[in-house]
Amino acid sequence: MLKDFFSKNAKKKKYATIPTAKIKHDVPEGLMSKCPECKHIMYTKELKKNLLVCQSCGYHYPMNSYERINSLLDEGSFIEYDKEMISDNPLNFPGYLEKLEGDRKKTQLNEAVVTGEGTINDFPLVIAVMDSRFRMGSMGSVVGEKITRAIEKAVEKKLPFIIFTASGGARMQEGILSLMQMAKTSVALKRLSENGQLFISVMTHPTTGGVSASFASVGDYNFAEPGALIGFAGRRVIEQTIRQELPEDFQTAEFLFKHGQLDKVIKRSELKETLTKVLKIHAGGRE
Amino acid sequence: MTTELEFERPIRELKDKIAELQSFMKEKDIDLTEEITRLEEKLNNLENETYEHMKPWDRVQIARHAERPTTLDYISYLFTDFIELHGDRLFADDEAIVGGIAMYEDLPVTVIGHQRGKDTKENIRRNFGMPHPEGYRKALRLMKQAEKFNRPVICFLDTKGAYPGMSAEERGQSEAIARNLVEMAGLTVPIVCIVIGEGASGGALGIGVGNHVHMLENSWYSVITPEGAASILWKDATKAKLAAESLKITAPDVKELGIIDEVIEEVKGGAHRDPKEQAERINVVLKASLQELLKLSKEELVEQRYEKYKNMGQFTFVNDSIGVN
Repeated sequence: MLKDFFSKNAKKKKYATIPTAKIKHDVPEGLMSKCPECKHIMYTKELKKNLLVCQSCGYHYPMNSYERINSLLDEGSFIEYDKEMISDNPLNFPGYLEKLEGDRKKTQLNEAVVTGEGTINDFPLVIAVMDSRFRMGSMGSVVGEKITRAIEKAVEKKLPFIIFTASGGARMQEGILSLMQMAKTSVALKRLSENGQLFISVMTHPTTGGVSASFASVGDYNFAEPGALIGFAGRRVIEQTIRQELPEDFQTAEFLFKHGQLDKVIKRSELKETLTKVLKIHAGGRE
Repeated sequence: MTTELEFERPIRELKDKIAELQSFMKEKDIDLTEEITRLEEKLNNLENETYEHMKPWDRVQIARHAERPTTLDYISYLFTDFIELHGDRLFADDEAIVGGIAMYEDLPVTVIGHQRGKDTKENIRRNFGMPHPEGYRKALRLMKQAEKFNRPVICFLDTKGAYPGMSAEERGQSEAIARNLVEMAGLTVPIVCIVIGEGASGGALGIGVGNHVHMLENSWYSVITPEGAASILWKDATKAKLAAESLKITAPDVKELGIIDEVIEEVKGGAHRDPKEQAERINVVLKASLQELLKLSKEELVEQRYEKYKNMGQFTFVNDSIGVN
C-alpha cells in the first residue's frame, strides 16, 4: 500500500506539465486544455468549438450561462430579463455581501441565473440558465425571483419554459428565505402547468439539494447531460448516514436514468436537435 | 419527571434547595417560611427570566426534547374519529409520516404529519421522523383524496429533514418532494401547516406549502439543520449553536421575515410540560385559520397561496435602494 502511495505521487509529478482545470466547474483558459477525466490534451479553441466536450472521452465541461444561451438560441434572438437584480443580505449574515461582490467580479454576472426569451430554430421560448460559478449556483431570493418572473412571462406570453439547472442547492446565507424559493417557483410552475404549457428541465452538473428537490425534477420532460451529478443529499452526508461505500456512478445522470428518474440523457452535441423536436411536437398540438 | 435541559439547570438547583429547606423545616421543627418564600419568589423570577430570554440554541433543545408532543399526540387532543391510513400504493408505508382522516368538531378533515418516535425502538421504526420518498408520496395521495372529498388538510411539520440515504435517492427523494410542492400549490382545499418541533429543509417543506403556516414558539424552521449549516458554512458541525443564531430559525425570527402567519405561544418551559394545554393553544389558532379559509372559493384558495409565496424573498437592484418584494 505504501508503495502505491509513492507510485501515485510519482505519476502525478510526471504528467503535471499542463494544468488540469482546478475545479471541474472552471472553464479552461489558455491555449491548451487538459481534460480532467481522461487527461487528453487539446487546443482550447477546438474544445470550445466542440461545445466544451472532450474530443477524446466525451467529458462534458460545465458551460456558463451565456455559453449555453449562445450554443442554443438563434443568433441575436436573446432578450434578457431582470439583469439588474442583485442579492440583499436579509439575515445580515457576516461576510455574505463581500462574497457576492467577489463572485460578481469573478464571473461578470449579477447572480447565479440568467433569464430571458429567445428562439431555438425559430421556436420561441422563455429560458433560464443557472451558472455554477456564482456561489455554486445556489438559490437565494434573487435566483428564486428571477426564475419565478421568467415563468410568469412564459404564462403571460403563452410560451414554453425551459430551464438549465446547475446548483449546489439552497443558499445557506439567506436561510429560510432560500427554502421558500422552492415553494415560490413551484406555485408559478403549477400555474404554467394548469395552462397546459410546456416545461422542460435540463439538469446539468451539478443539480443537488433544494434545486433538485424543486423545479429541476418536475419538468414535463426531465433531461440531463451525461455525467452530471444529480441528487438530493450530498454523497458525504449519505456515506456518513448509512456507513457504507456508495457505487461509483451514484447520483450521476446515468444512475438516475437507470432508476427511472429521467426521460433521457442527452449529449450536448444532440441537445439542440432534441429540444427542437420537442418544441416542434408541442407547437403542432391540436387547439 | 421531565428531563431537564442544560440551560434549565439553575432552575432545578433552586427547586432542589427549596425542597431541602422544606424537609429540613419539617424534620427540625424550625420556621423557615420566610426564607422559603423568598426563594420561591426568586425561583419564579428565574423561571420567567430563563424562559422569556431563551437563546435560539435553547429553543432548539426544547424542540428536540424527547418528551415533546408529536403529531400523533396532537391528533389525539384535537380531533375525534381519527383513522390512520397507510401506504403510498407504489412501494411501501413510510412510518416517518403519518396521515389519515378525522373529525375536527363537526368538520371532516385530512391530517398529515411527520412522526418521530418516543423511544429508541419506535424511533428506529419511524426512522427518527426522516421520511423516504414513499412518505411524501403517501402524503400526496392523502392530499389528493382530501381534494376529491373537499376536506381541508392540516399538516404538522416535525423533521430534521428528508432521509439522506441511498435507497431514498434511488427512489427519487428529490422528485417526491418537488412533486408535493407543485401539487400543494394547486390544491383546491384549505391547507393549514403548523411547525410543532423541528422544521428542516425540503424535508419539512415537502408537506409545508399551506394557505396559512404557523409555528409553535419553541419550534424552529430553517433551510437546513443548524449542524448541517455549520458543517457546510464553516466545515465544523460543532458550530451548530452559532448557526442557529446566524440563520434566524426561531419562530419569532421566521415571523419577522414574513414566512409564517402566527407564532403559537407555548406553555412555560415548553410544550412537553403540558401537552393538553398546548393542544388547546393550537386549537385556538387552527380554528381561526380554518374559519377564515373556509370562506374562500377553490380559485381563491389557490390564488391566496400563489400570492403568499410569490411575495417571499428580499432583493435589490444595481444602483437602486433595497426592495422587499
